[in-house]
Amino acid sequence: MTGVIRIRELTRAYEMGTERILALRGVTLDIARNEYVAIMGPSGSGKSTMMNLLGCLDTPTSGEYWLNGEEVSRLSDDALARVRNREIGFVFQTFNLLPRATALHNVELPLVYAGAGGRERRERGLEALDRVGLADRVHHRPNELSGGQRQRVAIARALVNRPSILLADEPTGNLDSVTSEEIMRVFADLHQGGQTVIMVTHEPDIAAHAERTVVLRDGRVESDRRTRVPDAFTRAADPESLAASAAAR
Amino acid sequence: MSFLEAARFAFRTIRAQKLKSFFSLIGVLIGVTFLIAVVSVVQGMNRYMVDRFANALIGANTFELRQRPSILTDDVTEDVWREWRRRPRISYDDADYVRERIRTPATFAKFCSDRVNVSYAGKVAKDVDLVGTEETYFRIRNYEITAGRTFTAQEVRAAVPVLVVGSELADKLIPKLDPIGKTVQIGGLPYRVIGVIAKQGTLFGISLDKFAVMPFNAPGRRLICPINILDALIVRADDPTQMQRAQAEAEAAMRARRQLKPDQANNFAFQTAEGALSTWQKISRILFLALPGLVAISLVVGGIVIMNIMLMAVSERTREIGIRKALGARRRDILAQFVVEAAALSSAGAVLGIGLGLVLAWVVKAFTPLPAAVAPWSVAVGVVLGVTVGVAAGVYPASRASRLDPIVALRAE
Repeated sequence: MTGVIRIRELTRAYEMGTERILALRGVTLDIARNEYVAIMGPSGSGKSTMMNLLGCLDTPTSGEYWLNGEEVSRLSDDALARVRNREIGFVFQTFNLLPRATALHNVELPLVYAGAGGRERRERGLEALDRVGLADRVHHRPNELSGGQRQRVAIARALVNRPSILLADEPTGNLDSVTSEEIMRVFADLHQGGQTVIMVTHEPDIAAHAERTVVLRDGRVESDRRTRVPDAFTRAADPESLAASAAAR
Repeated sequence: MSFLEAARFAFRTIRAQKLKSFFSLIGVLIGVTFLIAVVSVVQGMNRYMVDRFANALIGANTFELRQRPSILTDDVTEDVWREWRRRPRISYDDADYVRERIRTPATFAKFCSDRVNVSYAGKVAKDVDLVGTEETYFRIRNYEITAGRTFTAQEVRAAVPVLVVGSELADKLIPKLDPIGKTVQIGGLPYRVIGVIAKQGTLFGISLDKFAVMPFNAPGRRLICPINILDALIVRADDPTQMQRAQAEAEAAMRARRQLKPDQANNFAFQTAEGALSTWQKISRILFLALPGLVAISLVVGGIVIMNIMLMAVSERTREIGIRKALGARRRDILAQFVVEAAALSSAGAVLGIGLGLVLAWVVKAFTPLPAAVAPWSVAVGVVLGVTVGVAAGVYPASRASRLDPIVALRAE
């Protein structure tokens, strides 16, 4: 397996007035292609900062971040925009769809910024919506869709440019538990299909769907386990998945 | 992202917010409406003044040698007026003297006119313009004869009492009959009608067809001018240059004849179509000077309104901007989107303004005697101004949008 993400001693400091706050204090992490990783941690652990850096929405104060063989930690704004467009598919907690645009238009948006032509955009947009099971909702606007459907539109949008990583930030935070399971199944399917998935969450039972869990605390990696059940956060252990992770080990 | 994409995004947004968009472009709309309507009306007036007023009263390439100007377009002071009245009048001999000394090829006609009453079979037409002149007058005025004929040089020399009448006079005085050969009375003297002049239409609502033309020295000439005195010698040249040369020759001849010293002013006047237009040209020049100012004010206001709307749009749509940036929009993509949106708003205002301006010009034309001629350049200027104002108003909000931090923007409510 080749590494899709290679992070070395990443730090990120914020100036708050006269104070300097270190949100990340030197994180080193490698993620291989087709891994399914959950990044966890309590609030203030640096999880959001990590997510922003992974998503190339922000640049680190120091350290190296290689994404798909390219050093992206020192890129300009526009170069980062290109990386976000080509390499990263975002899935947000609040879906972040354009309210006035149809599902198809929303999904086509990354292709617009990639410079794809109208016909290609339409074909790939429809294909991505079909992949998340929304082939019959392409001309609906977000307010005509349920929460789960909205999140699936967002996933289709994240996938449409065939990104190196699918980066999900609390993807089930605004969904009920049944719908959450449904979205987790979509992620599992995508992972099965070869997609690298990175999911930031504070919910252990959501993180449990990943095959590896990285726990951050105070801006450092506290633990990094290849397991379906990150024990530190499990309240009621699920015997089946425990068995599965035991088998994996 | 291509310009076409940006335009598509812009129109989608504008369509989604029709009412708000309409209010935001109203300033530009008013400015451009004003531009089109005023230019149309002024241009129409210009054409009207040149075609109808000046040419109907004087004619192209024509000047009149007179005692004093006949068409007063400026305020004349009491002193000037007194001086004009003291001047010697133009005599037959003056006219002949000048005519002999103009070398430039030209057509001449002695001219005299006044209001008289014309009667036929007990009916009276009051305040008819009776013109006493020569046979060349019809050519100078480009009169078309619809019935009968004009009088000849021989008839002028023999002072035969014949009349060529305007169409309205013919219709009113001798209705339903062929006027040719009928005898009408002017000041108790009989005149034979020999021709009818084609309809000339109206000027500011006044008929130009209530007139009659006779040889200048026919019996009854006392009714319009004292013996041996003329209102004017009319001179028509072939083109404006020749007209100016002829006028200069006439001026030199008159000054010599009246023995004016170099420091003495002319005690005679030249009336030209251009001169008659001078006041109107002054008015239209003022309008055209004021117009850019007025249009500019409404466009600046319109631009500020659009800029505000766009600033509001940027803060309302911060999240959208964050989403677009997360999905790979570069600064210039966001910049283009908002600039194009502002330009589209403003251009829509300009297009509506052009439409409304044309409607206004048409209304003026249809419901007032004022004409209106739409100037294509004003439409082009309207479009260019619309786009320019939009781009100018959009740049600042758009650059603010493009510089937003995607993380902050995504967190916006």
